[in-house]
Amino acid sequence: MGLKRNVGLVTGLRYQGKGPMLTFVLHRIGGLGIVIFVATHILASFLGGPAGVFVNTIYQHWAFQIVVFFCALFHAINGLRIVILDLWPKLIEHQREAIWMEWGIFFPIYTIAVIVILRTALGG
Amino acid sequence: MTEKSRTVSLTKRGFNFDTFMWAFVRLSALAMYLCAFIGLGGALIMGARTQMNLADIMRWMFMPNPNHVLNTNIPDIAPWTTVFWKIMGSAIVLFATSHGLYGLLSVLEDYLTEPRLRRAMRILFVLLTAVMMAIGVYIMWTS
Repeated sequence: MGLKRNVGLVTGLRYQGKGPMLTFVLHRIGGLGIVIFVATHILASFLGGPAGVFVNTIYQHWAFQIVVFFCALFHAINGLRIVILDLWPKLIEHQREAIWMEWGIFFPIYTIAVIVILRTALGG
Repeated sequence: MTEKSRTVSLTKRGFNFDTFMWAFVRLSALAMYLCAFIGLGGALIMGARTQMNLADIMRWMFMPNPNHVLNTNIPDIAPWTTVFWKIMGSAIVLFATSHGLYGLLSVLEDYLTEPRLRRAMRILFVLLTAVMMAIGVYIMWTS
């Protein structure tokens, strides 16, 4: 007997969780992105050969770096919020402020990094 | 009105694999933060005066493997290849593999609820974690 669910996928997608839901979704997407990236990166450098070189050329592309850096940075900052709120449960009442603070930390770092990646990649 | 405690004591809840992993995921996140900041400090001490770029510092923070600074304009690769950095890199590999694959498992278990499939996924998770850890640590000490 599996778990009984009374919410289907379509209903689930229509759930309007706003800010916290957005961080939940991005945290999952970012986490999966990192797992896929790191796993294939490790396997590519372990196996080597033409396939490894091919995978590494994809990883060195600026568009890929921008996506992976979004995944890693968002997952790291949102993860730190989750750790802090989980280890000090009394802070959970400030979770909306924590999410705003999280975006306030995320955007400057991400913007600077994207500018640097683009300037390096496009020969600035 | 006094608020009732919403926490359940450990003896009532029981201490199983998932409770352990719940704590482990959070503590390994903090451990990886620590590793990243040690990496940042090391990168600044060893490379800041050679106009090292931000992307390479980030890459080094993410994983202190000498391959990640090979193309950088640093005069001497030797301080980047010490045993200390290999131990730091191995620590990140161990934390990241267990943290990441457990995350993958919990995302999958949110959508796949068949009990036999879950047991198979959990066995696969343990095996995959062991294999990826071995491969990652092997690369750290041979590259």
